[in-house]
Amino acid sequence: MKHKWAMAIDMDRCTGCGACVVACVAENNTPTAGEEEAGKGRLMQWLRVSRFWKKEGEETRAIFVPTPCMHCEKAPCEIVCPVYATYHDEDDHLNAMVYNRCIGTRYCANNCPYSVRVFNWWPAKWEKPLDEQLNPDLSVRSRGVMEKCTYCIQRIRRGKETAIKEGRKIRDGEVMPACAQTCPPGAIIFGDLLDPESEISRTVKDTRLFKLMEHLGTEPSTVYLKKQKGPGR
Amino acid sequence: MNERNHLARQGEGKLYEELSRSNLVTTKAWYRAAGILFAVTAGAAGVFFYMMATGIGVTGLSRPVMWGTMIILFVFWIGLSHSGTLISAILRITRAGWRAPVLRGAEAMTVFALMVGGLFPLMHLGRNWRFYYMIPYPNDRLLWPNFRSPLLWDMVAIGTYLTGSILFLYFGMIPDLAVARDFSTGWRKKLYTILAAGFRGTHSEWRRYHVASTLFAVLIIPVAVSVHSIVSWDFAMAMVPGWHSTIFAPYFVAGAIYSGIAGVITVMAFLRRVFRLENFLTERHFDNLGKLLLTMTLVWGYFYFAEFLTTWYSRLPEDWALISSYGGHFLPLFILMLTCNFLIPLPALCLSKVRRSVPAILAVSLVVNVGMLAERALIVVPSLARRNDPSIWLNYFPTWVEISFIVGSITLFSLLYVIFAKLFPVMAISDIKEHLFRTTDRAVGGAVVPSVAEEDEGEGK
Ligand code: SF4
Repeated sequence: MKHKWAMAIDMDRCTGCGACVVACVAENNTPTAGEEEAGKGRLMQWLRVSRFWKKEGEETRAIFVPTPCMHCEKAPCEIVCPVYATYHDEDDHLNAMVYNRCIGTRYCANNCPYSVRVFNWWPAKWEKPLDEQLNPDLSVRSRGVMEKCTYCIQRIRRGKETAIKEGRKIRDGEVMPACAQTCPPGAIIFGDLLDPESEISRTVKDTRLFKLMEHLGTEPSTVYLKKQKGPGR
Repeated sequence: MNERNHLARQGEGKLYEELSRSNLVTTKAWYRAAGILFAVTAGAAGVFFYMMATGIGVTGLSRPVMWGTMIILFVFWIGLSHSGTLISAILRITRAGWRAPVLRGAEAMTVFALMVGGLFPLMHLGRNWRFYYMIPYPNDRLLWPNFRSPLLWDMVAIGTYLTGSILFLYFGMIPDLAVARDFSTGWRKKLYTILAAGFRGTHSEWRRYHVASTLFAVLIIPVAVSVHSIVSWDFAMAMVPGWHSTIFAPYFVAGAIYSGIAGVITVMAFLRRVFRLENFLTERHFDNLGKLLLTMTLVWGYFYFAEFLTTWYSRLPEDWALISSYGGHFLPLFILMLTCNFLIPLPALCLSKVRRSVPAILAVSLVVNVGMLAERALIVVPSLARRNDPSIWLNYFPTWVEISFIVGSITLFSLLYVIFAKLFPVMAISDIKEHLFRTTDRAVGGAVVPSVAEEDEGEGK
């Protein structure tokens, strides 16, 4: 069964609360880095909320851009990997990672224009008691490999398996990455673009739609909805 | 009549003794030098194993700056390696009369710089012990490396160049190894007998040798040029502002030749001092190499200017953020590069006094190589530190681990060279001899000038 998973992030709804980041860390067994390491740019988060300041007359406004992997259709990270550790999953249109193939050249991270790939600088570690809530559905990555957002591929897999077992198609909203599930204002919409009825298929027709760095031709699957202007906004 | 011509007529044994002193007796000084170099290199290797055991976290790398000192050193050493074989090949093809004493030293420099440079991409891997995943070896799962990746092209290119340079070096050495075989005893005799491959110096052997060495020289030039183009494509093929530029390939090749010539001069100056080769490596050689270096200063300056000009003119925001960082955080590096690569060498090399004084030109060469290291750093780091997303911009400083790699790479290179000089003839004896035989001193009016007889082009050749 083929799918084209995609994500839309509504910047009108995003408040920059960071719940998605926490959910992502918890779901994906992302090791904690600690304050000092984080200051050195070694944060292991697969999803970051970039913050920009915009001056509008007297006021300065914060703009939050949650940035997960864009799962580019024409992914620049894939072509430069010498060992095919990162490749295109044709069935799900995902940019997948084979962690135990990765040798850590870090070339993919350089070539990702969104800089969303994170590297395991140290052996993974968790502050107590975080180690007790590791997710059994996916591996803990070893030191020296690159890792990244996979749209919670373990959830996608589970959804597909359940659907096959029950002999039906995946229902819209059945598969949901942790960030989308957790986002309090519901700013993250996720679904299958090949399903014309799905919410994501409706969302991508929105006129507010834009893509990050579209001019680079990466054809990202993660898209954004512009903030609306006007009173009360 | 000067002394050198006498030497040639005194027979090969004397010449060999004169040119390869180090092969004959092992002095205390040699043991001391080699010992120190070995100790420092072993220390750096220890640091590498420490990094391998703990994780890449011990370096100063971070999320935007994923490549640092190790890649800088890779580009630097591969660049340095360039000129040796290239100069030697070009001088062979153009039959430059002064070339003979420069050849061997330059070729050996290429091989050792390549060996040192080639280590760094392997060292910088997150899981170094899995480096063989990049090699297309047959395996159960039919997994192949990705031939679309510039890193793989790199591996192939460097492998080719290393093989080519080693063959080139060895091939050029065969007649000298034969001489060494004839004048040595003990285990050296055995070693040289094997390596000399039965070369006896008959007429037909020499004829074939000349044809083959010309062919070799012609073939190695495109390899040399392509290798550094491919190294530049590691960067130029990536979608990183500041890297994604068509000028990178010629620019890298020019830079490589530039630093390579400086490297050759450095190596020559040391050889001359250590092996007392003042009779053979004359001021004329340094003068000529100095002129080459001057040319490359100008070429490099032009390329740098051209690269800047297009960026400055278009002012694309991504590129412009990068260029601005040269005036900000990376200003010291930028100033260092510009001073060492252009502002000092250009006027200095214009003076024939500087070119003809060995200490002075050695100083200029060292300055140029410091500048080239800064240039490589400026290529790799700022582009990454100022990526597309300003929210993650970060600066980079090497840690003690990486600094020890810089030191270790220099000592490793020197160590390899010192061992080489101990084992093999450091000067192209047969080439020198050939040149000396052709040289006679003629009296022209009141002055005595050296004149060189040239081979006839034409039948019977
Ligand atoms: S966003 Fe980056 S990591 Fe994700 S597919 Fe695109 S290039 Fe690869």
